[in-house]
Amino acid sequence: MSIVKHQVGHHFFSGAQESSSAKLGMWLFLVTEVLLFSGLFVAYTVIKSTNPEMWAEASSHLDTTMGTINTIVLITSSFTVALAVRAAQTNKNGEKNGQLFWLLFVTILLAGAFLVVKYFEYSHKFHVGMLPGEAYFYDGIPHANAHRFFGVYFLMTGLHGIHVVIGMGVLTWVLVRARKGHFYEGYYTPVELGGLYWHLVDLIWIYLFPLLYLV
Amino acid sequence: MASSGSFWMPEQGSTIAADVDTLFDFIYYLNVIFFVLITAATIYFVVKYKRKSDDQLASSNVGHNTALEAAWTFVPLVLVIICFVWGFRVFLDQSVAPANALEVQVKAEKWKWNFQYSNGSQTLNELFAPAGRPVKLVMSSKDVLHSFFVPNFRIKSDVVPNRYTSVWFEAKEPGDYQIYCTEYCGTGHSSMLATVKVLPAEEFDKAMLKGEWPGQSGEGRDPVEWGKELYVSKTCNACHSVDGSRLVGPSFKGLFGKDEKMTDGATVKVDENYIRESIMDPNAKIVEGYAPAMPSFAGQLSDGQTDALIAYIKSLK
Amino acid sequence: MSMTQAGFAHEGAQETNYLQAKKGLMSWLYTVDHKRIGVMYLASVLSTFLLGGVMALLVRAELFTAGETIMGADTYNRVFTLHGLVMVFLFIIPAIPAAMGNFVLPLMLGAKDVAFPRLNLASFYVYCVGTVMALYAVVAGGVDTGWTFYTPYSASVNGPVVMMTMAAFVLGFSSIFTGLNFIVTVHKMRAPGLTWGRLPLMVWALYATSIIQVMATPVLGITLLLLAMERVLHVGIFDPAMGGDPVLFQHFFWFYSHPAVYIMILPGMGIMSELVTTFSRKTIFGYRAIALSSIAIAVISFLVWGHHMFVSGQSVYAGMIFSFLTFLVAIPSAIKVLNWTATLYKGSISLAAPMQWALQFLILFTIGGLTGIFLGTLGTDVHLHDTYFVVAHFHYVMVGGTVTAFVGGLHYWWPKMFGRMYNEKLATVSSILFFIGFNVTFFTQFVMGSQGMPRRYYNYVEKFQTLHQISTMGTWLIGAAFLLMAGYLIASLKSGAKAPANPWGARSLEWAIQSPPIEHNFHEIPTVQEGPYEYPTTVGPAKH
Ligand code: HEA
Ligand code: HEA
Ligand code: HEC
Ligand code: CUA
Ligand SMILES: [Cu+2]
Repeated sequence: MSIVKHQVGHHFFSGAQESSSAKLGMWLFLVTEVLLFSGLFVAYTVIKSTNPEMWAEASSHLDTTMGTINTIVLITSSFTVALAVRAAQTNKNGEKNGQLFWLLFVTILLAGAFLVVKYFEYSHKFHVGMLPGEAYFYDGIPHANAHRFFGVYFLMTGLHGIHVVIGMGVLTWVLVRARKGHFYEGYYTPVELGGLYWHLVDLIWIYLFPLLYLV
Repeated sequence: MASSGSFWMPEQGSTIAADVDTLFDFIYYLNVIFFVLITAATIYFVVKYKRKSDDQLASSNVGHNTALEAAWTFVPLVLVIICFVWGFRVFLDQSVAPANALEVQVKAEKWKWNFQYSNGSQTLNELFAPAGRPVKLVMSSKDVLHSFFVPNFRIKSDVVPNRYTSVWFEAKEPGDYQIYCTEYCGTGHSSMLATVKVLPAEEFDKAMLKGEWPGQSGEGRDPVEWGKELYVSKTCNACHSVDGSRLVGPSFKGLFGKDEKMTDGATVKVDENYIRESIMDPNAKIVEGYAPAMPSFAGQLSDGQTDALIAYIKSLK
Repeated sequence: MSMTQAGFAHEGAQETNYLQAKKGLMSWLYTVDHKRIGVMYLASVLSTFLLGGVMALLVRAELFTAGETIMGADTYNRVFTLHGLVMVFLFIIPAIPAAMGNFVLPLMLGAKDVAFPRLNLASFYVYCVGTVMALYAVVAGGVDTGWTFYTPYSASVNGPVVMMTMAAFVLGFSSIFTGLNFIVTVHKMRAPGLTWGRLPLMVWALYATSIIQVMATPVLGITLLLLAMERVLHVGIFDPAMGGDPVLFQHFFWFYSHPAVYIMILPGMGIMSELVTTFSRKTIFGYRAIALSSIAIAVISFLVWGHHMFVSGQSVYAGMIFSFLTFLVAIPSAIKVLNWTATLYKGSISLAAPMQWALQFLILFTIGGLTGIFLGTLGTDVHLHDTYFVVAHFHYVMVGGTVTAFVGGLHYWWPKMFGRMYNEKLATVSSILFFIGFNVTFFTQFVMGSQGMPRRYYNYVEKFQTLHQISTMGTWLIGAAFLLMAGYLIASLKSGAKAPANPWGARSLEWAIQSPPIEHNFHEIPTVQEGPYEYPTTVGPAKH
């Protein structure tokens, strides 16, 4: 396997300037993502503090086992994507192209597994009526306004789910380029940035899991 | 009547108005001083140092002056802290009602104000209050946000569904004072007006005992004239025009005697009884092409007032 | 006058400039050149300004008499809502950063482009999508919620509210992209020798603005998303009918929208610093103070949102804290205003068109800012909240401030952008017309506001009629001023005199290259040896 040399953008002096720009840009983007979710965390806090008993009760109706499985799945995927970045960084003459490809592949697969588990969780809730707003018809929680918990649950996990899907798209794009041999020790910015994004997606779940399932 | 107000502020109708105005004046003169200083300096510099030839250079090279800059950071800072502390103290007076205040319950709804007194009586878009005694309003909304504002009293508070907010005032003298809704609430927002009717304290007490408010019976008045006033003061005008144009509800023009089609297909001839029912139980029959948006006025209009409204609608050919 | 700065152009043969470099519509639509993107943004924001302005003229026409003048209440409510939304989201937020900033930022930094040219183009297209969605919402019946979208009204009223909120959501992304791009560009793309202490103040201002765009806009995004969810699924976060808290929405909304008012003013303040120095031929007074006060404004602006909610039923204690912080954020603005005034001292002052607008800014923004003190003070805000006093306040800062700075900047960089000069006499007429018209329109609104005239009122009580009529007549002068301006600017494109590289004798890097610039700005990246305001004076070089 061989590698394809990267062309530095015409408006940069050097590859170093280019890659540090890209990294700073990515970090700023991650800040905006965190702030996007922060709004939901505020809504979470407000609703929880106004209906504490309902909240505790509704929370216990979530499936902790599935949540735990998903947490493990995502942590593992964070690990594999980190290894992928490492592989790209140390890819000298293309000898790690294959390793890079498979690590990215496993990461995407794990992301898919996460979505499958989520699908089973969601479809159970749809079935029994643990739904947001007016769609709510579950009768197992003896508190008013339990639909508010599920509103927040679906908004938070839903927005996170969308991020998982976007992350899969990004990683697939990286994977295709890796396959073509675009990444090597002199140029691996997309792998690194894709990895950063994926870490963020994991990190948000690390907060969502205890806040929704365990409290 | 008290002073008729200044260039900036309307007449002072409540005991706290003077405090608010003094604070306003303080900030105002502070602002005028700064504004005049800055404008005068600007104009002076522009005139004095105007470029006279194309190659004229500046005659100073000063890039900063720590003492001067510190001064103009510090002086405004002190001034705004004064504004802050003073403003907060006035705000506390505005917010905290005296313990002996008379309570009136206020229900706001698109687009009318309903006032309920401790004697059980209700008034619509007219708040009766005694002069020289504190009154506390405990307010809540039935639908969206509204806001209760009496410029002469310098008080304002939002009125929120599922929650109680309050304002208080002590009117200085008997008279009528304008109430506005100042939180946007839709089509009729600018018609959601009402009046504070401040009565001499004894007269107020008498009315409370009798449970009957002055001007509510309309004795000796021409019903059509009176109905025309009520049409505005009870905010029918927010939803019904008298010139044939369509608002939230059907126009009153030529309504009486007409055959109206209802959403359920029935046809109704508009007569006195139908109009009365439309006012007291508006959802009983819904006119075709309209939403059931009209609130009930049951308990909020006296018999005399309802009759006057009917007479007025009848007169609109 | 001698130019000591390295790399200043000599008037000589013109090379192919960025406007001619490539031909055809496609070369514009696919361009990643920051200058062309800036020009496309400029054309867009001028169109939206016209749209918002026409709405404003309709609002004022309706208020010419009490009761129905030209439209009914429902139409009026849609028109003023749209006026606010268009002016805020489609015009003023992108106006200076995305249109002018895009054009000048890389030039001022001595860079060939922004850090992410394709992201820059994406931002423009996202803006277009958002605009189309907003216009669709208008065609589909319009929304009448006010630009603030307060719940529960917005959650219950009929109409394409979801489409409109999603439009604002999409527009937010365009704003984030621009901000993110600028931050990275300022950090990473500065020419050698261009230290932070040598950056033009316009760059500092754009940098501070970008921080707010990146930090605050996502919160608006999630707020609007929640509002849309509330309407679609009734999730019960804001809607009291579903157990929600209607006042919570206001916290969310203002957490973005207060910082947003500084997104609107900070770039204008940046332009001010450039204009005042250039047309006084003098170094800025208090460079550090102005630069740092931009950052201070950006940071503190996140902590004052509650001053829009003093009478919303929030606690007295919260009101106290927000009032205090509001005053803290006023101080950096005060510092800037006073520094600009001091810069005029002993300068060589030219009253060219851009400077006329700068001087208007100084006066009008001061009035707008000072009236903010009445609003930040709890005791007086209770009376003034949601009256025309507030309307006058924010038009003085947004129109008297940002729009005058925008127009000043437009006249300043116009020769650089298009290589043409415009008719100075007509420009003077236009600026005088605007100044008179503006004050007639909005000063009257202070008076009627403090007299108790509520805002968002289709109808009003008799006693305000005279003031409303004077106010409406003022808008005709404003309209005439802008019409005239549009006339001579368009004429200049065809028949204006060719602009030299540096018509104003300014010192920052964008004036060191030909007008209009070549496609890649600089043949060779310049090396910077001194600050942007090192004007020679009769008493020697600038002292700092
Ligand atoms: C460009 C936009 C912009 C800017 C820069 C500002 C600047 C300020 N604003 Fe304004 N504001 C708006 C746009 C803006 N505002 C909008 C759009 C609204 C209404 C939104 C709506 O409801 O629809 C609003 C509403 C608003 C309110 C809420 C009013 C209400 O609804 O009840 C308040 C309250 O505190 C306020 C305060 C201030 C203050 C203290 C400043 C300060 O930053 C001003 C600082 C400037 C100066 C002080 C002047 C210069 C200084 C000197 C001359 C030196 C001397 C100074 C002193 C003695 C202090 N503004
Ligand atoms: C940037 C923001 C901005 C700008 C520029 C303006 C500009 C104007 N605004 Fe507006 N306004 C708002 C933001 C703005 N406004 C907001 C946020 C609200 C609150 C909405 C709400 O309550 O929800 C509001 C509300 C508002 C009201 C209150 C409505 C009410 O409460 O009922 C009024 C009333 O007078 C008004 C008037 C005007 C007028 C006369 C102008 C004039 O200055 C306009 C002049 C402009 C023109 C006449 C256009 C001319 C242009 C051209 C001819 C093209 C030029 C082309 C080239 C130069 C090439 N505005
Ligand atoms: C919030 C808006 C609103 C207000 C305020 C309001 N109405 Fe109505 N009204 C409606 C609507 C909408 C209809 C049509 C639907 C229906 O029949 O209920 C209506 C219908 C009527 C009708 C029947 C009209 C017809 O064509 O058959 C009468 C009579 C009437 N209103 C009288 C009044 C009077 C009197 C007042 C004031 C005391 C008043 N309304 C205030 C909204 C309003
Ligand atoms: Cu009620 Cu506005
Ligand atoms: Cu604010």
